[in-house]
Amino acid sequence: MTFFSHLRKAAIATAFVLGATAVHAEEQYFPLQSYRVGPYAAGGTGFFGGFIDYLNLINIRDGGVNGVKLAWSEGETQYEVEKGVEVYERLKSNPGIAAWNPLSVGIAYAMIDRITDDKVPLITINHGRTDTTDGRVFPYVFPLLLNPYSETSGIVNYIASKEGGLDKLKGKNIVVLYHGSPYGKETIPIYELLSQKYGFELSQIEVPHPGNEQQAQWLTIRREHPDYVVLRGWGVMNPVALKTAQKTGFPADHIIGNVWSNSEEDVIPAGDAAKGYTAITTQASGERYPVVQEIVKTVYGDGKGNLEDKSRIGSVYHNLGIVNGILNVEAVRIAQAKFGNRTLTGDEVRWGFEHLKLDPARVEALGAKDLFHSINVSWDNHEGDGYVTFQQWDGKKWNVVSDWIAPDWKLLRPIIEKSSEAYAKEKGIKIRTAEDADAVVSN
Amino acid sequence: MAVQALDAARLPVDWAKLVQKLALATALFVVAYGVVPAYASGYLVEAILLPFLALSLAAVGLNLLTGYCGQLSLGSSAFMAVGAFGAYNFNLRVEGLPLAVTMILAGISAAGFGVVFGLPSLRLRGFYLAVSTLAAQFFVQWALTKFGWFSNDNPSGVISAPHLAVAGLSLDSATGRYLLSVTTVMVLTALVWRLVNSATGRNFIAVRDNETAARVIGVPVLRTKLLAFAISSFIIGIAGVLWAFTYLRTVEPAGFNLDRSFQILFIIIIGGLASIRGAFLGAAFIVVLPLFLSRLGAFLFGGLFDSGVLDMSQRIVLGAIIIIFLIAEPSGLSALFDRLKRRIGSRSS
Repeated sequence: MTFFSHLRKAAIATAFVLGATAVHAEEQYFPLQSYRVGPYAAGGTGFFGGFIDYLNLINIRDGGVNGVKLAWSEGETQYEVEKGVEVYERLKSNPGIAAWNPLSVGIAYAMIDRITDDKVPLITINHGRTDTTDGRVFPYVFPLLLNPYSETSGIVNYIASKEGGLDKLKGKNIVVLYHGSPYGKETIPIYELLSQKYGFELSQIEVPHPGNEQQAQWLTIRREHPDYVVLRGWGVMNPVALKTAQKTGFPADHIIGNVWSNSEEDVIPAGDAAKGYTAITTQASGERYPVVQEIVKTVYGDGKGNLEDKSRIGSVYHNLGIVNGILNVEAVRIAQAKFGNRTLTGDEVRWGFEHLKLDPARVEALGAKDLFHSINVSWDNHEGDGYVTFQQWDGKKWNVVSDWIAPDWKLLRPIIEKSSEAYAKEKGIKIRTAEDADAVVSN
Repeated sequence: MAVQALDAARLPVDWAKLVQKLALATALFVVAYGVVPAYASGYLVEAILLPFLALSLAAVGLNLLTGYCGQLSLGSSAFMAVGAFGAYNFNLRVEGLPLAVTMILAGISAAGFGVVFGLPSLRLRGFYLAVSTLAAQFFVQWALTKFGWFSNDNPSGVISAPHLAVAGLSLDSATGRYLLSVTTVMVLTALVWRLVNSATGRNFIAVRDNETAARVIGVPVLRTKLLAFAISSFIIGIAGVLWAFTYLRTVEPAGFNLDRSFQILFIIIIGGLASIRGAFLGAAFIVVLPLFLSRLGAFLFGGLFDSGVLDMSQRIVLGAIIIIFLIAEPSGLSALFDRLKRRIGSRSS
């Protein structure tokens, strides 16, 4: 009995504490399905660290977005779909959700139906399901900056520029080494299409998740004797690939990493084997950008920095998290200009994302000049024409080795529309028009 | 005379038991079809009940094979995958196929698969059999990844659940999917319960306890083993359909990996081998306890540590709890439950 009376007292006390924290001023909430343990923890801690650091910067420096404070909480997913769904169900009851940012293709796939019902945006920056670029079919999904097809086109264009033009690709031999997951497989058809279009020989080799054993794959590559290997890896697969390449004698400067194989965490563990390795990116690494400097000064100066290891400030994942923060916050700001400076609904933030236009001048004003190029999202183009650049690892840091390159969007759009229209047909989705996009649910 | 007297004396006790059982069943029905749909939150249904139901059913299936028939299998998640992808393809390729038929056909595909991978059980036992069922695991994953046809040539190999409807009634809402799930689980569990109390069920147990003795008394060992594989895979296959269609609503082959097979095996070991109730208790333990720990951890220490540290410590606690449980009651939660019931019974009388 006494036990139960204690329990009741504790329960009442808990209810008070919870009730007290539940009273908020105007707040916009970001539910974070983060992953800080498991094979992909390096990506998770860097990305979510950068994201949280930027949200903190806005709160500390500006007092929120036009007075609306930014709030967030985290749930650990370990990059697993079931856990991601559980966290989604847990966090979705919070008020004032702006957008979801799971940073996992598998989790994003499982959320598409759910967030469409809830009318809340789902952001898959630099990854995701390619045909969600078509806002006519996927009103709430945004593969911002770079979808997988654009990335592929960017990489092929870069290889062409190294060889001296797209016509020089004919007869070249390219191997794509991809991660055995939905993310890794997403680009198989587009590489095949580009290989037919430009006449290069292609073989695509799968590395099963998580990819810490690649001897067989690299022996195959050695037999193939390719001109370039495209590394479409993730997490531990990347350093293992670079090390195994060195063992089998394949030169690192002919390996081109994709956008999830481009971080410090991918190359540092590979040591010397990574020297000369080149990778695509949408956001440069380093601390020299004003916005990163401000985060160091204001957020870390205040002891509120999210990264435990301060040497990771300005790393690729950390900067991607910051860019992701900029895009999310600016979408909220743009939506506020239309709907008022208050807590917005998910659908209002969706409208904000669909009008997310940051030209290079605005990017500079945000302190992110050269960190990323620009973005131009519209109601039917949810990617926003992001530019890419290439950086080479010199053993200590990444050096940018190309200009900002535009992927071949015109070539890709019809393929994307074909795929999204097929999806719409399979699911019985009505194709949206510009008027539909302007109808916003505001309660 | 003496026998009659004995029967007469036993009759009232049986009645009481029957009434008790009926009351329990009614209560279960009221909770499953009345209370849960009316009052359960979206979180409870989507994040706890749906995975719990699908995994319970898979555990019931595996328990039939491992608990009752004594054949150790590590192929459960492969059979789930066959069920899930089978249902997806039957639904896609055959226009207007009713959902129930789709599920049964998916179950039959899984059963066929189970029989093929059950063949080694005729020559192998114990751990050797377990290792040979691993082949199912790798083969299915390889085949589903290799041949794009299975996932309707989706480039990333991910299938998404179709629109669910029974007799024109949409079941796409959380409650609808829950009702579909709970009904399927109840029907199949009832059938399994009938089966294990029948002659076939006793054959299973005979084969498990002593194969040679079973053969001597005339149990058709060969047929019994294959039947166990078939029925078990059928049920696990349908559990896979529930997992894919009602819970996640999107599935990739890698989602049905070896970890899931182990998870189901641990459910029946923790819950109690050769016990239907054990499958449900074990599934509840495996699904609910980690969530409970993570919520508790986040609530108590959320501000102090980041979610990664919390997750790691929660695994340590979960592991410790499993060890303590198995030391305290090696026969699983089901036996623990019985002990508890006896103790309460003796106290109240």
